[in-house]
Formats: sequence, structure tokens, C-alpha cells
Amino acid sequence: MTPRFNMRSLILNTGATLLLPLLILFSLFLLLRGHDEPGGGFIGGLVAAAAIALKLFAEDYRAARTILRVHPLQLVGVGLVLAAGASLPAILVGENFFTAQWWTLDLPIFGSLKLSTPLIFDIGVYLGVIGTVLTVVFTLAEAEHS
Amino acid sequence: MVMIAVLSCFVVAGFAPWLHRLIGRQTGWLLALLPATIFVYFASLIPQISSGETLRHAYQWFPGMAIQFSFLVDGLSLLFALLISGIGFFILAYAGRYLEGHPALGRFFLFLLGFMGSMLGLVLSDNLISLFVFWELTTVSSFMLIGFNHEDADSRKKAHQGLMVTVFGGLALMTGFIMLGMAAGSFELSEILAGPSLTEHSLYLPMLSLILLGAFTKSAQTPFHFWLPNAMAAPTPVSAYLHSATMVKAGIYLLARLNPTLGGSSSWLLTLTFIGALTMLTGIILASRATGIKKVLAYSTVMALGTLTMLLGLGTEKAALAAVTFLLAHALYKGALFMIAGILDHEAGVKDFRDVAGLRRLMPKTTIAAVVAALSLAGVIPLFGFVGKELLLEAVLSGSRWQVGLTIATVTANIFVVLVAALLALKPWFGKTLATPKAAHDPGPALLAGPVVLASLGLLCGVLPFLPDQYLLQAAASAVYGQPVSYSLVLWHGINLPLMLSLGSLALGLLLYRFWQGWREHTVLLERLSPYGPENGYNRLMQGLVSFSAWQTKTLQNGYLRHYLITTLATVVLLVGWAVLRLDTIALNVDFSGLRLQEITVVLLLLVTTLAAVTVKSFLAAVALLGALGFGVALIYVFFSAVDVGITQVLVETITVLLLVLVLYRLPEFRKLSSGVNRARDATIALLSGGLITVLILLVTNARSMEGISGFFLEKSVSEGFGRNVVNVILVDFRALDTLGEIFVLALVAIGVYAMMHLRTGALPVTNADKRYAGQKQRKSSAKTGGES
Repeated sequence: MTPRFNMRSLILNTGATLLLPLLILFSLFLLLRGHDEPGGGFIGGLVAAAAIALKLFAEDYRAARTILRVHPLQLVGVGLVLAAGASLPAILVGENFFTAQWWTLDLPIFGSLKLSTPLIFDIGVYLGVIGTVLTVVFTLAEAEHS
Repeated sequence: MVMIAVLSCFVVAGFAPWLHRLIGRQTGWLLALLPATIFVYFASLIPQISSGETLRHAYQWFPGMAIQFSFLVDGLSLLFALLISGIGFFILAYAGRYLEGHPALGRFFLFLLGFMGSMLGLVLSDNLISLFVFWELTTVSSFMLIGFNHEDADSRKKAHQGLMVTVFGGLALMTGFIMLGMAAGSFELSEILAGPSLTEHSLYLPMLSLILLGAFTKSAQTPFHFWLPNAMAAPTPVSAYLHSATMVKAGIYLLARLNPTLGGSSSWLLTLTFIGALTMLTGIILASRATGIKKVLAYSTVMALGTLTMLLGLGTEKAALAAVTFLLAHALYKGALFMIAGILDHEAGVKDFRDVAGLRRLMPKTTIAAVVAALSLAGVIPLFGFVGKELLLEAVLSGSRWQVGLTIATVTANIFVVLVAALLALKPWFGKTLATPKAAHDPGPALLAGPVVLASLGLLCGVLPFLPDQYLLQAAASAVYGQPVSYSLVLWHGINLPLMLSLGSLALGLLLYRFWQGWREHTVLLERLSPYGPENGYNRLMQGLVSFSAWQTKTLQNGYLRHYLITTLATVVLLVGWAVLRLDTIALNVDFSGLRLQEITVVLLLLVTTLAAVTVKSFLAAVALLGALGFGVALIYVFFSAVDVGITQVLVETITVLLLVLVLYRLPEFRKLSSGVNRARDATIALLSGGLITVLILLVTNARSMEGISGFFLEKSVSEGFGRNVVNVILVDFRALDTLGEIFVLALVAIGVYAMMHLRTGALPVTNADKRYAGQKQRKSSAKTGGES
């Protein structure tokens, strides 16, 4: 079962291993700062998906699947549930469907933490994008693999 | 309370499969407690309703759209609610025993209770929209019940037929309802009925035809009658419940309900009496020729539905009373007779009149119930059917128009009804005993309770007609007629014309029964007509639909990506281009001042890359050039300080390249496959669509008639969205619903790609759950083989 595109190179392999955690961290950074600076769930999701796709190219399909642990379609499902769920808190407090809710938590050392339904929504988008891109990538890679 | 009565059916329906698994054999009786309770509740309303009051309960649903769950209890809906819950009680008990041991009995209870809730909701709804929702729910649950034996292709086909016909009518009905609501200025039946008659309204004819279409398809009026006998593919409890006593009467209910508002015009009179009489004759003549027990009953139900429609068409005071009386009488005897047909099948294994005779000694109790019910069907004194038939004849005779024609039709129908009744009362029970596939015997109480009680009620109501009259039918007839009726039911009207006609038809019917075989042989010619019947038309229509879809799929979705692109782009170019050309002035204001050097450079680069991308001779080069193109576009976004969009563009390009790398090796060699003409056509379409989009953008930027919305977003982003990145605030807050829709589309794409590739390669399941499931199945099958060996 040798992949037809034999791209194994030591440089890429080492680079991917080092870059993967950084890229994932970067994608989270992009996700969290998105509300104020360029970034957000969509962009963060694309970066994370590209990072895992890099693993796929540097090693193989199986390694990339192992890194992700779950099936990418499950990520899509969780993402959709989070995003759709973010519409509900507003109803509970009697406001219109999908009205953004903000909660500020005061933490002793870190200062105050802003939590909100838009953030939950954005995390949903983030997971949905990772899941979609990786489903497509993995499906194609799998076809190549077999 | 009314709301609870309706909703409890759905709630209990949801638990029915579990209950059945827990309790097993007696689930039918247990579940029957629900309709029994509902029956008692509605019975407790009788004194109030029969004194002329009506009850109304409303619960908000969509307050902004005047849609609410509102329920109206008056004479008519009370009569129906009592029939639905009362007969429902016996049906549930009956079904528990009739289908005992069936692997899907739990599911059957679910559908049956769901149907009961829908039907109760339908007859009790005061709001047209919620009535329509319940109407469609009865269609869906009926589909599930007709196709209950879904492994049988024939059963599926018949369920499908019933669904198509009634859904078609349902669509028409919805449009009719909307017109009715608009014309009357309210969607509440109680307000519509209290308002003026709408027969003079300009929308009257379209509204009437659409509503009639809905009612006629549901109540199996000619030419839509064919689905009802086919629906007999359902298990017998379903036939007894849905297709004789309740669902098919939904159309009748609707006509009766709307009679005060829509009735009385000559188009109402003409359509209803004509179609009704036609259905009555069609149904009963087909019944006289059929031999399957359930078929005969089904066709005679068609006849009854036709009779009811005809009576509602006449619309006189007497006709209204006759209609509700006939309806009650019919529900009692037909429910009983259907259950008896099921008993014959279940306890003796016979389904056809030709295979059965002389069972009276083996099944004495069933025989008595059958004879009493059939006598009521034949309209023999002193049964309730007699009262109904006398009133029917009186109503027809005193009708304002076409008395002679309608009387002849009714009497003819009655002669055949007597034949059918004689078949049911005599053929299986008397004469020389024929051997049956199963050893025939009387069934237990679960199966026998329904027929016995319903048949006895038919006798009781006949002997004491003032009971149903005073407590139910007066109020029901008043609701149909629109004002209090002054007639009352009596058993003996004296010797008059209706009695004479009744006696005559009785004698002729019995004579006909004597020569039943001969009648069937002599009318064999009728069978030659069946290829021209409406069922054939239906089949042709369905085949036409299928071949049309096949044709349009082959033409529009032929699997060539290029053709899809051509179709999509050409459509856009034609439609948008047409709209642009229709504009009065096309002011293209191109202003090149203020261009910066870097912008000019990037645009020139883009142009060169594009030209190169369409002319290079290798995939790899084309992919790289397309990537370059994308990065160039991203640069332009950055120039206009849309950083987010630029980043996204760059990332999307990156991932596109990754995807292309994955498929690159799969693509065929780069070859020239298309002819020059094709290329010229493709180039033309590409240039046209590109040009059109350019023109469109120039037009839009010049012709902004209102202030853009971007100002609002910029202003409110920090103050209300609490975010400085406007793009992100728009995506996750201001227009979050759009984004939600988009990620659902993304998810669909992912599932589509996944399914397509796995269907193509037939790959094994990949999720852990799938693996576990596959493992279980394997263990199960190996355990099975182990047990067998």
C-alpha cells in the first residue's frame, strides 16, 4: 500500500511535527481574538484543517486520522449543535431568538473574562469548518490510499 | 381540556412501542383506556352542547400570523369526537388481539394513536391552519397504516396511491383555506361561520373548487374513489377505523362544517348533489360485483360517502338532519361489519364471499352481530339504519330541484345496498357449511366487543330514536344547517312514499341477492370499462411523471460538470441579462482616477495569469496558475482593508491546492477532447458571464438608491456587538442566522462528498459505532448458525 504520491521527506516530516502544535495553537488564537482583530471561527478552522492536512502529506492518512482521534463528520455534527444551540439562551431569558448574550466572569488573577453566545457560535463554525474540510481531504486521501 | 385530549394521543403514541414491549399481550386493552377516557370527557359535555352552547378554547401558536391552536366544540365536532374516541376504544382492543404476535405491533399502536390524535384535532380545530395541519397528519398516518406491511410491494404501492391522491387534494385545500380566510377576514371557523355567507364573494368559485377538491379526494368521491378500496391493503382494524368510520369522513366533516358559509349557491348544490349521486351509484354497483368481503364493504363505504355528499349538497333542514343521522348509523354498522370481516379472516381464514357459508353454528355470537349490523345497513325497521334511510328519502323527495332524478338514483342505490346487506347477513352464516382454512369459532372479547356493542347501539338508537336525536343529532344538524333545526327523529312515520320506496327496494334487493351470481355474470361487461377508469388515469399520470423526471435528469443532470456549468451560467446570463437590458438607462460610470500603482500592477498580473491558466498544457501548471490568481485576488482585498476576507481567500486557496494535489494523479492525461466549436461556445459563455458580472457591479455601485447598510454595522459593531472586527461581528452576531445556514450547507457538502466516494468505492464503515454494529451483527449471525447446528 505505497501511496502513489511519494512525498516523504525528512524535512517535511520534521517540520510538520514541529509545526502542528504551533499551527493548532495559532488557529485557536485566531478563533479567540476574532471578535476584535482579524480572525474568527472560519479562518481559525481553515488553519487547523490545513495543519492536520499537513500531517497527512508529511506522513500518511493513518497518522492524520490518529491525530484527529474522532471522525471529522462528528466534528461537523458537534459544530452544528453548538452553533444552533447558541441561538437558544436568548429564548430562555425572554429575548428574541439568536439575540447575543454576554456574560462577564471576574477571575482573580487573569482579570475579567468575556463569554458570549457569539463565541459559542464561532466555536461551532470553527469545528464545522475543520470537520468539513477534513472530511473532504480524508475521503480523497482514503480513495488514494486504497 | 380539549387540547389535552388531542395532545395526549400523540404523547401516548410516542410511548406505545415501549409499553407494548413491557406489557405484551394486553397492551391493546391498556391503550384503549385513553380513547375511553376521552370518550367519557366528551360525553360529559353532551348536556351543555345539546342545550345549544358551544365551547371554544384557544392557545397561542404563532400569534403574529393569526395561527393558533383553537378548539371548537359544537354539535358537529362533538358527534365526530365521540365517534372517533368511542370506535377508537374498540379498535385498539381489537387490534391488540388481531395483530397479536406481529413483530411491528408496537409501531402499529404508535401510528393508530397518532392517527386518532390527528383526527380529533381535525374535527375539533377552530383555526383553519391548525385544521389543515391535522388534516395532513391524518394523511400521513393513514399512509403509514395502509403501508403497514411495507415489505409487500403491493401494499407499498397502494399506500403510495392513497397518499398521492389525498396529498394532491390537501394542497388544493390549503390554497382554498387561505382564500377562505382572506375572504372572511378571519382564520377562525367560529368567526367565519358567524359572519355572512360568502357565496357572493369574488373569490367564491376558486375557493369552493379548491376546498371541494380537498374534501372529495379525502372522502373518495368519484373520480377519486379508487384509492379507498385499494387502501384495504391495510390490516382490518385500520380499514374499520380509518376507511369506514373516521378518516374518509373528514371530507364530509369539512363540507358539513362549511355548509353555512359556502353552501346554498347553485354551484354548491349542483356539484355536491351530482358528484355525490354519481359516487353513490358507482360505489354501490362496484360493491354488488365485488366478491372480497373487505372490497364489498369498501365500495359500500364509497356509496355512503357519496350519499352524505349528496345530502350536504341539498342543504335543506331535513337534509342536514338526514346527513348526521345517516353518518352516525353508517359509522355504527360499518364499523361493526368491518370488524366482523376481520373476524372471518382471523378465526376462519376466509376473505371472499364465494368461499364461505353456513358458519352460524360455529360462530353464533358473530352471526348475530353480523345480522343485526347488516339489517341496519339494509335499513330494516326497527334499526337505526331504517331511521336514516327514511330521512334520506324524505330529504331527497322534498329537495328543491331534480327530485325525480335524485330519487331514482337513491332508490336504485338502495336496492343494491339491500343486496350487499343480504350478502353480509346471509352468505357467510346460512346454508350448507363450507370447509374453512382454519377451524372457525367465535373469537374472544377483544375482537367481539366492537361488533357486538356497535350493532347493539344500532338497534338501541333505532328503537329509541329520541336518545341520539335529543342528545347529539339535533345539535349536530343545527351546526350543519347554520340555525336550529326543528325536525326530530321518529321511528315510525306512518305509511308514506318513503316507506313504500323502502319496502320496494328491500324486495328487489332480496330478489337480486337470489340471483347474485347471475347478476355478476351478466354485468361482466362493466369490467371492460375498467381500463378507462380513473385509476388507470392515475397510473398513467404517475408513469408520465416518472418518465418526465428521467428525461429531465438525463438532460440537465447528465454527470458532466461542464454541462452543469453551462446550464447554470447560461441561465444566469439570460435571466440577469434580460433584466439588465430592460433597465431604462444603463449608466456605466467608470472612473480610473485615484488608482494606485500597486493596484494596477496586481490587476495586470491577474490578467496575465488568467490568460496563462486557460492556455497552458498541463494540469499542474493550471493548478499553480489558478492558485496565483487566488492570491492576487486576496491582495486586492488587503488593499481595500478587508483583511479577514483576504486571509480567508489565502487559506481557501491553500486548501484548494491541497485538494487538487490529492486528485491530480487520478485525473486523465491532459488531452484535447473538445472540438473547436465547443471551445468557442464555452469561451462565449465564459466571457458573457464575466462581462455581465462586471456590468452588474458597475451598475450597482453607481445606482445606490438607499444608504448602504455598512454604516450601520460600523457604527453598532462595538456598541452593540462588543467587537472591533466588524466582519466577524457581522458573521457571528448581526447575521448569525445566515452563517448558521451556510455551515449547514458546508455540512451537507461534507456528507455528500463522503457518501459519494463511499458509495462509489463501496468502502467499509469507518466510525467506531459502525464497527461495533458490524461486530454485533457478525456475532448475532454466528450465534444463529450455532443454534441451528
